[in-house]
Amino acid sequence: MPAVVAENIVKRYGKKKDIVEALHGISFQAEQGELFGIIGPDGAGKTSLFRILTTLLLPDGGHATVDGLDVVKDFKQIRNRVGYMPGKFSLYQDLTVAENMEFFATIFNTSIDENYDLVKDIYSQIEPFKDRRAGKLSGGMKQKLALSCALIHRPSILFLDEPTTGVDSVSRKEFWEMLRKLKQQGITILVSTPYMDEASLCDRVALVQSGKLLSVDTPAGVRAAFGKPLLAVRAEKMLPLLNDLKGSGAVADAYPFGEYHHAVMRGNHDITELRQYLEQKGHQQVEIKAVEPDIEDCFMDLMKN
Amino acid sequence: MRTLKFILEKEFRQIFRDPAILRVLFIMPLIQLMILPRAADYEVKNIKLSVVDRDHSDYARKLVSKITASGYFQLDHYTASYNEAIAEVEKDKADLVLEIPAAFEKNLVKEDEATLFMAVNAINGVKANLGAAYLRTIIQDFNSQVRTEWIQFPRFSPELNIAVTSSNWFNPSMNYRLFMVPGILVVLVTMVGAFLASLNIVKEKEIGTIEQINVTPIRNYHFILGKLIPFWVLGIIVLSLGMLLARFAYDVIPVGNLLTIYVFAAVYLLAVLGLGLLLSTYTANQQQGMLLSFFMMMVFILLGGLYTSIDSMPEWAQVVTRFNPVAYFVEVMRMVILKGSSLADISRQLLVVGAFAVFLNGWAILSYKKRA
Repeated sequence: MPAVVAENIVKRYGKKKDIVEALHGISFQAEQGELFGIIGPDGAGKTSLFRILTTLLLPDGGHATVDGLDVVKDFKQIRNRVGYMPGKFSLYQDLTVAENMEFFATIFNTSIDENYDLVKDIYSQIEPFKDRRAGKLSGGMKQKLALSCALIHRPSILFLDEPTTGVDSVSRKEFWEMLRKLKQQGITILVSTPYMDEASLCDRVALVQSGKLLSVDTPAGVRAAFGKPLLAVRAEKMLPLLNDLKGSGAVADAYPFGEYHHAVMRGNHDITELRQYLEQKGHQQVEIKAVEPDIEDCFMDLMKN
Repeated sequence: MRTLKFILEKEFRQIFRDPAILRVLFIMPLIQLMILPRAADYEVKNIKLSVVDRDHSDYARKLVSKITASGYFQLDHYTASYNEAIAEVEKDKADLVLEIPAAFEKNLVKEDEATLFMAVNAINGVKANLGAAYLRTIIQDFNSQVRTEWIQFPRFSPELNIAVTSSNWFNPSMNYRLFMVPGILVVLVTMVGAFLASLNIVKEKEIGTIEQINVTPIRNYHFILGKLIPFWVLGIIVLSLGMLLARFAYDVIPVGNLLTIYVFAAVYLLAVLGLGLLLSTYTANQQQGMLLSFFMMMVFILLGGLYTSIDSMPEWAQVVTRFNPVAYFVEVMRMVILKGSSLADISRQLLVVGAFAVFLNGWAILSYKKRA
């Protein structure tokens, strides 16, 4: 049985005249014990989707089950089984670390000791500060506390809404390491993120854009589906280079990508031909190499088609 | 039960950890109770009087000195020109103009009759009304004094005179503090009950902690009771502190049973807490909550019979006051403290407020949903 099933989920906001459709029929499945990423830019509908799956929001259409339970009918049971960490830090800032933990353990009818083994890795890092008020913790520590609180009742499915937004790159890496360890304990994890580079850390990813699902696949599968030759191009003057790349008949699409511009080529292409074309246009120190598509390339491609 | 106990523990911890809230809860009401009853005085004093004396006679002087000796009036201006006196009114230096016409004394002596003219600055309605009434009383008094001076015989005045003497029941010395202090205390208890509780819940919404609570299996009634009970207890504590202060600072000793007050307060707090809960379900942030509370409080106080008598309000306003819980508590407080009413006497108010409590809490619980 899949851990999470979403079928044609629709969510609309607003009344009568200005209705915004945040989700236009999203369908996907996440398997038991999977680390499932939902990747998309801000405003793609990730949070709405999470709020529906965690029974905080009613869908306007479609069905969803979590752990085999319907999100509308069986919401009470679902609440016992899921852990949810909202994007915004929302623990009690005026309670201490230990008090927050105790509070969430108690309202789930359990205790810290009972599930200590599950949160040990994470909680032990903040335990030295357990008498400090949550509001006075640093960003990374707040995040660890929030994760500990979401885990304290040993949920079978964990929903993490943009857990790494606004976190430095070292903490981000650490955080994904923690998620991998949790996965080994058999917890299904759904995580949303706007960062494409985090996609490769998931077992499978769903790419979302403006409330629509673009693709659901393994990171390797997403990359394999790209199916077009991709070149990384660099020259001395990057802005004219981009315009000239877009002007070339052989290039289907070009966009800046880190230090290089990525150029998606049409069918058969010739690197020397492109080099000649660019040098003709007066570019110097032209550097061209073939590259493997990244998730971001795939996302750009899916978004445009 | 264990959950509820823990939620309560958490709420109390949070309340006692916030020094600003504690100050607002305990010190502010007491300071207000120390200051407001001394300042909010019904009596009008220091009415500024401008006298236009065209007579300059013995009687005119006697009249003026009698007026100023009463203690209610301050002689601001003494002139012979009406225009000058009116100019004083225009400059807001005088509230009343009393004109003593020429030949006042002559007419009084010869014709047994004299007239006076009074002009009132009605910008401040209360002051104008009361000032004119006081002045009229003093002049009447002066009138009968003059009469007794002249008519020696026959000893009993041939004219009929009806003299009225009044006695003030339940508050013989008309000590207005005796009825202001309980009233102000009611307002303070209401603020703690209704508005602090609602702001507390709205704060959870604003910070987002309510989201985290909502995904837990915690029950609606657990959460709501967890909010109601602490503020109910705080309300009772504030009431007790206020009663102590009233006893020692104002000598307000309830004639009736203290228990009667507490029984009513217990039900009353449930009603206002229900109101606070309801407010919190309809507001999204603390700013909205504050504004709404502020407007409601104004209506509650002004239509609560605290400063103005409900009986003198127009019919429609009296209907409105029937939906104002503050009005009931103010009434009950005064009844018990001044008159010594028993539970049986206040049973009507108790029932109405009890109905409020059921209605408001019921509505609030129905409209509090854990999901949108």
